[in-house]
Amino acid sequence: MTDRYTHLVNTGFTATLAKRLGLPQPAILRRFSAGDPLVPGPVLVLGPDTHDGSDSDAVAQHLLGLDLDVHRSPSTGTARWGAVVLVLTEIERVEDLSEHVLAAGSVLKQTARGARVVTLVREPQPDDAPALAAARQAVDGFTRSLAKELRGGATANGLVLAGGAAAGGEGVLAPLRWFLSARSAFVDGQLLTVGPADVPAQDDARPLEGRVAVVTGAARGIGAAIARTLARDGAAVVCVDVPAAGEHLAKVANEVRGTALQLDITADDAGERIVAHARARHGRLDVVVHNAGITRDKLLANMDAARWDSVLAVNTAAQLRINDVLLASDLFRDAPRIVSLASTSGIAGNRGQTNYGASKAGVIGMVRATSPLLADVGGTANAVAPGFIETEMTARIPFATREVARRLNSLQQGGQPVDVAEAVAFLGSPGAGAVSGQVLRVCGQNLVGA
Amino acid sequence: MTTSPTPSSPREAYVLGGNRIPFGKVGGAYARSSNQDMLTAALDGLVARYGLQGERLGEIVGGAVLKHSKDFNLVRESALGTALDPRTPAFDLQQACATGLEAVITVSNKIRLGQIESAIAGGVDSTSDAPVAVSPGLRRALLTAARARDLPTRLKAFAKVRPADLAPDAPRTDEPRTGLSMGEHQAVTTARWGITREAQDEIALRSHHNLAASYERGFQDDLVTPYRGLVRDQILRPDTSAEKLGKLSPVFGKRLDHMPTMTAGNSTPLSDGASAVLLGSADWAAARNLPLLARVVDAETAAVDFVHGHEGLLMAPVHAVARLLTRQGLTLGDLDLVEIHEAFASVVLTTQAAWADDDYCRTELGLPGALGTIDPAKVNVNGSSLAAGHPFAATGGRIVAQTAKQLAELQAASPAAGPFRALVSICAAGGLGVAAILESVPTTEGDPR
Repeated sequence: MTDRYTHLVNTGFTATLAKRLGLPQPAILRRFSAGDPLVPGPVLVLGPDTHDGSDSDAVAQHLLGLDLDVHRSPSTGTARWGAVVLVLTEIERVEDLSEHVLAAGSVLKQTARGARVVTLVREPQPDDAPALAAARQAVDGFTRSLAKELRGGATANGLVLAGGAAAGGEGVLAPLRWFLSARSAFVDGQLLTVGPADVPAQDDARPLEGRVAVVTGAARGIGAAIARTLARDGAAVVCVDVPAAGEHLAKVANEVRGTALQLDITADDAGERIVAHARARHGRLDVVVHNAGITRDKLLANMDAARWDSVLAVNTAAQLRINDVLLASDLFRDAPRIVSLASTSGIAGNRGQTNYGASKAGVIGMVRATSPLLADVGGTANAVAPGFIETEMTARIPFATREVARRLNSLQQGGQPVDVAEAVAFLGSPGAGAVSGQVLRVCGQNLVGA
Repeated sequence: MTTSPTPSSPREAYVLGGNRIPFGKVGGAYARSSNQDMLTAALDGLVARYGLQGERLGEIVGGAVLKHSKDFNLVRESALGTALDPRTPAFDLQQACATGLEAVITVSNKIRLGQIESAIAGGVDSTSDAPVAVSPGLRRALLTAARARDLPTRLKAFAKVRPADLAPDAPRTDEPRTGLSMGEHQAVTTARWGITREAQDEIALRSHHNLAASYERGFQDDLVTPYRGLVRDQILRPDTSAEKLGKLSPVFGKRLDHMPTMTAGNSTPLSDGASAVLLGSADWAAARNLPLLARVVDAETAAVDFVHGHEGLLMAPVHAVARLLTRQGLTLGDLDLVEIHEAFASVVLTTQAAWADDDYCRTELGLPGALGTIDPAKVNVNGSSLAAGHPFAATGGRIVAQTAKQLAELQAASPAAGPFRALVSICAAGGLGVAAILESVPTTEGDPR
């Protein structure tokens, strides 16, 4: 699970050598540590500022309110920039972009390690004037391309405001803060759509305080990291895994001071047992993370029914059945959150994984269709699609294949389980209430599957 | 059938939950695990299931039958290795195979007296990591040498050691006063009560099938936490059959006049494992949203004179149960579940045969007549020691936890009925027997969930 190469090219003599040889030098990513500032330097907020109460002004005012060193012009800063926020929600023509993106470009050589670029734009609509739609869509390509240019663990991501979402509202600002923070370390080149839902202001230090979360597949790897991260953010965590994984499950539950629930999620009554446990032991249920999943890789020509059926049963059908129970339960009514683990294999496909790819694409379809069913109670359903993550599972991939897989992204390294967990915790938080039916990729901008 | 609860005292003690590790074969999955390792694992699994991290419990009481002398504070040391508050007190208790049940009785009495609000009763045993002692001759030499002030005295101490003294002194399960193994003792009792081979094999078969079925229906999901790669009991044979059991050769009673009937299949093998039961007052449980699975109603310990052959070694529970039922004004017919520890299949049968025998009940138990019979469908409904194994001190906790859960399920299935009542009976070395009554907790206001 250790990436020795990344360590070597960042330390001492081997770092010098790698630089001389022109070898790729993946950066040590900026990850969350309690007490660290939101961004590693001053924030430059760019964008049209032609009138009082402009979107860029609203964003700048919010960031100022967080005690950040906020600048509106690239000339004023002397320290290395911690972030650039491009508020492009009010552009109308592609010609409007030039001034702002070039201003952003002028500071990119003076950015801190782990800096962030975040673009904000309105979602292009079918009835937009063609010039407006072009300008808005242009930001998509701009953001993705810029993400590939950034170095030093810096990332570029975008928020796409849909349905009249206000740039100065918490529904947009909470996701903005998350993208600026160290919690989004391995999310790069992603555009996240944010709707107009009304979202209460949240405390980012303990966003899940008082909330009860269920995590399936919590005994190991990414699931254990999710349990730890949700607990860190204040949630009481119900750790679920198959009875056979009970020993590790107990350790995780004790570590996060949660409860262990040994349960096969494919059991007919799995949903009822989860709800009953949450009700009896915690009195509420707010977040359900469908993390449990299996792989049974085989080329389709060699696939047998057991391999195909078990993957679909665990990865998709079990989630659907549990969601049915959640949707019908009176316990899951207070701005509930469903977060499902998809995979880049479900987006780009993967040779030998027709079953897994189908199951994970199925999950994406599921959250999109589940999202409107939760809207009435302020709930959301989203998916997180991890790319190459350093786990016990990927550690078993043969060396050469693994080395190629982990370098094939803009950050030139594999992500850590905690990177996926951070995305899950964000989508599980009250502040992500305006994000629903979305797929957030945690892949370092993997080159496959765009 | 049982409509009114047995009289209760102002404060009650309840079983709130339990946990055990799967039981291993001797020399099996836990060959390299110590008693402390296993008990710590069982406790930590319980803590994880009920979210007790950092809790300061009233007391943890438990023990082991085969115990290394260094483990004088086994339970306290185990507790210190868990996620519980390190200020949780603990003590060791030992009553042979009844250790686990006696621990449950001890802490529930403390809870009823108001001395503590919560407790864990546990037990553990390893026959794989059994204490091996040195001979008395070598021990004396070592201790004398340790006290010696100079080399000559030290050497002189060892000069007395004879080659025979170098052989290790392995622990024995034979009765110290008779030299007979427990199996040989029970073979005599089995023959005396005319218990057939077929009847014993039938008990063994039911035990395996019942335990396997309980795993299949998920009943054990919140009673067992895997350990060291072992997910289910290593002894469990879900696919065993009367034919397979019938082929085994007898191992006990071969020197008796009767045809020997006790085989490896209908006798419990040596095993390794640990169990823990969470108990508490109603207030303590309510404050932590913990379910009241069952109330600990009453208990009785008996002992019999097996040394002079008047009574069978494992017949003490027959006496304990008779006295317990009499005190509570209950009959066998008032019981919905009966757990009779399967030290041997024949124990289940001789125990019931004695209760059904008019003459025996009059003369030995001082009753006006036979205590009665029990519907076999109520006995060991989720399997017992023949299928799970029997790590001596861990058995009581296993039985109490799964019986309390079964009572709670009966109650949940029939909210208007109850309380449902269970009897637990455990025989032990030394002619000891312990019995306890548990009762489900009727819900006064709708579904507890």
